[in-house]
Amino acid sequence: MYKVIKKRVLNPTVVELHIEAPLVSAKARPGQFIILRVDEEGERIPLTVAGVNRSEGTVKIIYQIVGSTTKKLSLKEEGDHISDFVGPLGTATHLEGLRRVCIVGGGVGCAIAMPIAEALHEMGAEVTGIIGFRNRDLVILEDEFRAATDRLRIMTDDGSYGEHGNVTAPLAEMLSAGESFDMIITIGPLIMMKYVVATARPYGVPVTVSMNPIMIDGTGMCGGCRLTLNRGTERVTAFACVDGPDFNGYEVDFDEAMTRGRMYGSFERHAYEATCNLFSKEASENGKG
Amino acid sequence: MAKANMDNNRCPMPTQEPSVRRNNFSEVALGYTEDMAIKEAERCLNCKNMPCVQGCPVNIRIPEFIAKVREGDFEGAYRIISESSSLPAVCGRVCPQEVQCESKCIRGIKGESVGIGRLERFVADWHNTFSEEEPTPVVSNGHRVAVVGSGPSGLTCAGDLAKRGYSVTVFEALHTAGGVLVYGIPEFRLPKSIVKKEVNTLKKLGVEIQTNVVIGKTLTIDELFAAGYEAVFIGSGAGLPSFMGIPGEGLNGVYSANEFLTRSNLMKAYLDDSDTPIMKGGRVAVVGGGNVAMDAARTALRLGAEKVYVVYRRSMDELPARREEVLHAEEEGIEFHLLANPVEIIGYRNETDPRDPKNGFVTAIKCIKMELGDPDERGRRRPVSIPGSEFTLDVDAVIISIGTTPNPLIKSTTEGLTVNSRGGIVINEEGLTSRYGIYAGGDAVTGAATVISAMGAGKLAAGSIDAMLSEKR
Repeated sequence: MYKVIKKRVLNPTVVELHIEAPLVSAKARPGQFIILRVDEEGERIPLTVAGVNRSEGTVKIIYQIVGSTTKKLSLKEEGDHISDFVGPLGTATHLEGLRRVCIVGGGVGCAIAMPIAEALHEMGAEVTGIIGFRNRDLVILEDEFRAATDRLRIMTDDGSYGEHGNVTAPLAEMLSAGESFDMIITIGPLIMMKYVVATARPYGVPVTVSMNPIMIDGTGMCGGCRLTLNRGTERVTAFACVDGPDFNGYEVDFDEAMTRGRMYGSFERHAYEATCNLFSKEASENGKG
Repeated sequence: MAKANMDNNRCPMPTQEPSVRRNNFSEVALGYTEDMAIKEAERCLNCKNMPCVQGCPVNIRIPEFIAKVREGDFEGAYRIISESSSLPAVCGRVCPQEVQCESKCIRGIKGESVGIGRLERFVADWHNTFSEEEPTPVVSNGHRVAVVGSGPSGLTCAGDLAKRGYSVTVFEALHTAGGVLVYGIPEFRLPKSIVKKEVNTLKKLGVEIQTNVVIGKTLTIDELFAAGYEAVFIGSGAGLPSFMGIPGEGLNGVYSANEFLTRSNLMKAYLDDSDTPIMKGGRVAVVGGGNVAMDAARTALRLGAEKVYVVYRRSMDELPARREEVLHAEEEGIEFHLLANPVEIIGYRNETDPRDPKNGFVTAIKCIKMELGDPDERGRRRPVSIPGSEFTLDVDAVIISIGTTPNPLIKSTTEGLTVNSRGGIVINEEGLTSRYGIYAGGDAVTGAATVISAMGAGKLAAGSIDAMLSEKR
């Protein structure tokens, strides 16, 4: 059992938890992920490490409530336990030698991007941040990003906060103005990453993307997290859990990954609704009692 | 000795009716009664040269345990088996006895060999149900050994070492102990309660099991030595599933058998109230002919598939699955397309509406007919495609079960560990790897093989570790 040490609600659908897991905390580096189960009958879900506190032996995770498992997880309070927590898995983001980096984060993906920005900042690299959200209410980690970047552009789809528009707009503006980066690191919805790659392509700037498709065991056993890479004329199957989660953005077949991402869409919605119904039923019964 | 039962046929195994069992996940074979077991035991001729024992990878003293069954001393029979095997209830169910012990049985010349596997199962189940004998930990010899992976090889190695007084810690990456016995082999063939009992027996012997630790990630092997372990056994099992490299493998509805079975078994997607998504219903094609392919096909059927095909590129004679599982699969209505090989998986694509939710989902699998040509270097006749013989099967899901490559996590984080061209850890005849103190066995060494051969490897390594550490004493 793994104890919830700290809980912070970042916005109505995004929660930050600090979980006591000393072995994972000692090893985890930016870009790696963990797998957890909330309870004995629960699903295994992968979540990226958003930070560690080695002296406390804790691992920070930030997640969005999207399905029944994350819904159940969001009901855990400080002092509660979850049944399983394993990691760190995947390979860490390669940061060595990077001097000028642009971090492009979208939505809850910003939670994954943040420790990478922090690590680069500590290394003395010049960090540009572009983070995007649907609207003002969903903005997360603004202070943390300000502290870890040399300049920060905040975008919202509806213009209710920061600048109006997509994350690709400031990126295109910088690149067309002749700015260059050693690397663009992008983490967010697949469609956003696809367009970040498309924006960078004419300028030949290297792009690292963080793939977060469906994973079950995270140890390279099931192959559920496979994706296709285009290498020249060859199509290569890779596994996000062991080969990634970071990949060369120019190689990833995003269209296939997006289709695969929809595989269990209807099931997840169904399970999510069932869980919600269960809780509202419990709540109303408790209310009666 | 009383006269042997000279019936050329075995006492039949009671099973659930095919029409009933195809709709449930309960065990197919129900096991012998005491009377059946004694009657079958009476068929053993108690041969002096014991050919069956040579056919057993862990050398169980078969005629001796069968003699005890014949006397009705089932606990005595159990004691004999458990001296050689740490997992008798498992082996009695999943060993391919027809190519091992039973293949050497003299009774097999004129009729059916003695049902050794069935008797082993009976004895183990009898013990688990009725025996009050508890295993007790052996006095510690003060030496610590780490075992990586809690599958058949790791559990066997751990059990053998614990019985010799070693303090053994098993590190398991998943949340439950048992490895392939829990994530791979389905409930209807090996009930999880049996695996749990076998694991608990090991715990009572003093074996410590730490789940949620991925060796190579959470801890490295060198850190295990630094923490005071004097030897390490790697039984990390099969790794990444292989795919065929044909068009359409990225479509929705294409699974590796590992993913499909993990979702169903380990994540309990087969239970109605599970959170784990899995595709149920429709038509399913399983590609491959091993035990894992049979398990996947029969699991798909039980999850509600209306039609399940097995597509295998050689003929029934070469099909590697355990014979009994093939028979059971056929009885349950699974359709075999033998001498056929997939060339493409076809998906739905609405050219006019890219937002059509059906886009990207499997609709069919295109196969080509094969014939057997000249034998390859291993003596198996190589399948060759027959030009122009393509045919398609309409399906909603494809489960690829053509094997796995060993898990890459350990070799990439352990310096000096030699692996072969297929990624398998290289060991010598004692189970020792290229590094002092590190032993390995099971699928991590051989690539996908059987439970019992993994157990044999775990047993061998336990003996070698004992010899090495005894010298240090």
